[in-house]
Amino acid sequence: MALVEVRSVSKSFQRDTQKITVFEGVDLDVAEGEFLALMGPSGSGKSTMLNLLAGLDQPTSGTICVGGDEITQMSPKRLTAWRARHIGFVFQFYNLLPVLTAFENVELPLLLTRLSKAERREHVATALEVVGLTDRGSHYPRQLSGGQEQRVGIARAIVSDPTMILADEPTGDLDAKSADEILNLLQRLNTEFKKTIIMVTHDAKASERAQAVMHLEKGVFVR
Amino acid sequence: MKYSGLVWKNLRRNRRRTILTAISVAVALFLFVALQSVLTALAAAGNVGSESRLVTRSATGITFPLPQSYFQRLGGTEGVKGVSWGDWFGGIYIDQRNFFAQFAIDAERYLAMYPEIQVPEDQKKAFLAERASAIVGRGLMNRFGWNLGQTVVLKGTVYPGDWEITIRAVYTPGTKSFPDNVMYLRYDYVYERSNHAAEPGWYILKLDDPASAAALASRIDGLFKNSSSPTKTETEKAFQAGFVTMWGNIGFLVRAIGIAVFFAILLVAANTMMMAARERIGELAVLKALGYPNWLVSSFVLVESLVITLSGGVVGIVLARLALSRTGGPLAQFFPGFSVTTGTVMTGLGIATVLGVVSGIVPAWQAARLSVVTALRQVA
Ligand SMILES: Nc1ncnc2c1ncn2[C@@H]1O[C@H](COP(=O)(O)OP(=O)(O)OP(=O)(O)O)[C@@H](O)[C@H]1O
Ligand SMILES: [Mg+2]
Repeated sequence: MALVEVRSVSKSFQRDTQKITVFEGVDLDVAEGEFLALMGPSGSGKSTMLNLLAGLDQPTSGTICVGGDEITQMSPKRLTAWRARHIGFVFQFYNLLPVLTAFENVELPLLLTRLSKAERREHVATALEVVGLTDRGSHYPRQLSGGQEQRVGIARAIVSDPTMILADEPTGDLDAKSADEILNLLQRLNTEFKKTIIMVTHDAKASERAQAVMHLEKGVFVR
Repeated sequence: MKYSGLVWKNLRRNRRRTILTAISVAVALFLFVALQSVLTALAAAGNVGSESRLVTRSATGITFPLPQSYFQRLGGTEGVKGVSWGDWFGGIYIDQRNFFAQFAIDAERYLAMYPEIQVPEDQKKAFLAERASAIVGRGLMNRFGWNLGQTVVLKGTVYPGDWEITIRAVYTPGTKSFPDNVMYLRYDYVYERSNHAAEPGWYILKLDDPASAAALASRIDGLFKNSSSPTKTETEKAFQAGFVTMWGNIGFLVRAIGIAVFFAILLVAANTMMMAARERIGELAVLKALGYPNWLVSSFVLVESLVITLSGGVVGIVLARLALSRTGGPLAQFFPGFSVTTGTVMTGLGIATVLGVVSGIVPAWQAARLSVVTALRQVA
């Protein structure tokens, strides 16, 4: 059984009187430990699919199961708690809180757990070490480069050891060198730490780092 | 508690705006406490007089005297247990600004009717033994730094000349609402030195039965109805309240101003929270994406709002309390028992809380309703 099972999912948006159907009857399986790249033209619905997988949005019809939990059946409240436990999200624009240090940003997901302050500190230190920013914990986002900010974003996504990591164009705003470092890091998380990763990208070079590539075209996935 | 760091850092994000908002709340609460204390003191002032004493004064007006001969006739009226009188002396101590009340009293009988004027027995004897002497309230002694036995000079206004008066006794009020800043002179001395120009300003009557006060008052006024000096008799309490009704309209005004200030500050605080929440929509959405529940995200907004209004409120209340405390405050001179009551402080804290909740509730609710997907699309 696959970790993620998307079954005949449709999603449409209502914009004023107009109904925009992004995709209809989509199926998708993602195995545990897989590093999957989602590609497709702009507006094809890649971000929308990622949001559905993260439980940030609900499909118009169809079911999504993650690790046996049918997230399309959950109440918004349960879904929020589920997300905190199972999803690590990496954003294109990092989305760090500017008033918090790198350390505090990474700590955010752990505040929702029952961990003690000392345990939290330990987990944050480990996450920062994995992304190679041990000495930057006390820096504020504005004191970091884009690549470093994104590494803090990744540390925040892995710190609570979620079931899978969802990344929406994580290198979209970075220069080639920084992008390469981020891709190395994601690859390492997949091979070394056995993390399941689903990454949306425009960049063919980025998708080469993944084990599998799916193209979303006209509402269907093609391997 | 583990979230307090986040709230604190958000408060410091726009430090100037946070501080300015807190200051405006502080000013509002300072005003509230001051105004409310005046109102409380006004209400208390209306309760000063006793129900068991009647005051007979001239029907023409409070500044018109009554004939000395009324003493006998009032004393002879059925239901009256005792009679005494007093007069407004109205001297100036050094400077007009040092205003305080001075009454020339029919000493022995007057003191007997006022158990509220508490004087040690030996001092009372000294006062009764010396004509150019006075009993002075404890508060007044403190105000001018006078000592027992000291001679002070009053410049007469009603009765001209320099009056050298020796303080022979100090009284403490028997009840909280009785003023502690009055000087009582001897009427017989004033009468003698003014070449018998003095006349009683009012008579004080002690009753056999307080329940009969109303009937007795109208009987007395009937007695003098057709004389050249008709009277108006009422309980001492009503007499005092008459002074206070003059202030009643001020009370209304004060309240109206207070409400206007409240709403002005509410707009300021609400605007601050709206701005603070709006510029942070993306961050609130990120928190939700990380799995922060709606109630937690909106309580960040609400707590932030409460911290601003409560810290401002506490500062305003504390400053008002310091400024208006019984001894130092200028208002204490006019209102006996003037002080910032615990009730006023609690009401002030309540207002600060309401300000915080009301100004934070809309942005907090918006934060709870915020759709993560929509908000993140807007940011990107
Ligand atoms: N909240 C929304 N309301 C209305 N329309 C939406 C909403 N979200 C997405 N859409 C529409 O759905 C379609 C797919 O959007 P989506 O953001 O998933 O595309 P994408 O593949 O991520 O594109 P890009 O590569 O530019 O990020 C677009 O036509 C978009 O306009
Ligand atoms: Mg997208």
